[in-house]
Amino acid sequence: MKKGAAKNLRAFVMELVVYAVLVTSYFFLVLHLLGQWLFHLEVRHRYIYAAVAILLIAGQAVVLDTVTSLLFRFLRGRRR
Amino acid sequence: MFFPISNTHINPIYLVVVGFLIGILGGFFGVGGSFIAGPALRLMGVDWNYAVGTDLAHIVGKSIVAARQHRTLGNVDLKLGFFMALGTIGGAEGGAQLIQALKRAGNVNTVVSYVAIIVYFSIATFMLWESRKTLKTDKRQSRSGAKGVQSKKDRSAFGPVTQRIQRVEIWPMITLPTSGIRISLWTILLVAFIGGLFSGFLGGGAGYIRMPSMVYVLGIPTHLAVGTDLFEIVISASYGTISHAIKGNVDILIALVMHTGAVVGAQIGVVATQYFAGPKIRLAFVPLPLIGAAIVIYTMISGHKL
Repeated sequence: MKKGAAKNLRAFVMELVVYAVLVTSYFFLVLHLLGQWLFHLEVRHRYIYAAVAILLIAGQAVVLDTVTSLLFRFLRGRRR
Repeated sequence: MFFPISNTHINPIYLVVVGFLIGILGGFFGVGGSFIAGPALRLMGVDWNYAVGTDLAHIVGKSIVAARQHRTLGNVDLKLGFFMALGTIGGAEGGAQLIQALKRAGNVNTVVSYVAIIVYFSIATFMLWESRKTLKTDKRQSRSGAKGVQSKKDRSAFGPVTQRIQRVEIWPMITLPTSGIRISLWTILLVAFIGGLFSGFLGGGAGYIRMPSMVYVLGIPTHLAVGTDLFEIVISASYGTISHAIKGNVDILIALVMHTGAVVGAQIGVVATQYFAGPKIRLAFVPLPLIGAAIVIYTMISGHKL
């Protein structure tokens, strides 16, 4: 039981490190590119902005959830 | 990092850390965490209207992750969640109307503040009493050799009252196999409506009202109440996000950055629920409404809206 918990914790720390690298690149690439476009959308086309906003946050949730789950499974599996 | 929509400079690490903390709370307790996110954004100079709308958008993302995780653990009652969402949206509109009426009367801040303090303290006191009593009874029973409490079919000291509420036969009666109860649709809608009313009236998702009322009024096991509340929050917060975005109150870039931290936090929160029995989760829940009350009292005394 303790061995399993330690393995999980190690995998989790590794997941955090990999995840931090992914998120940092995400900030600089995606948000930097999307920023101005979303700003103009918010100023000029509010209804489209509302639809894009909800799609973006829901899409990001599904993608990041899948990425973190896969990362965790991969890292845990590799240590077995 | 500059966020052009709300015209603010915020360190993204700060946003990720705030998102992470709220994610843990959300995954573990099934709440949106607006009582932390709102003040945290205000602290960085985000205007109040953007803080409210952006927080809602972030809640949608975090609740999707937490609800998906809870679903894999069998903690989401989809049927109940849909009915709850209907009642919540109706209630939220009612709460917003109530705010408008109080605005016209000119005493909105005083009334909302006093109602919030009374509600938060009542919930905290009641949950403290109930969870402690249930834990004491469980301990006594385990000492006398009775069978231990199942982690998802938890007991509550308020159980007899809940059973009486479940026996109220008003057509149509709904069977919820996942939650293991049969109850009137009107009871579900009423509970959701009251939760929504407080959400529209006090702001935020009002998870600290809805989650306890699902446990004590509807009789949903705590783990299922947490998961189902998160699923319901996805629907009602999406509605709120769209509504606020149309009014120009959402900086989606801030919400996206906050959400990257919330994804990890929510997963930790969900996994943590597996190690605690229902009454212990309810006991740990007690400080949340008290934090909400403390924020309102601070606002009243200092005159600063956090």
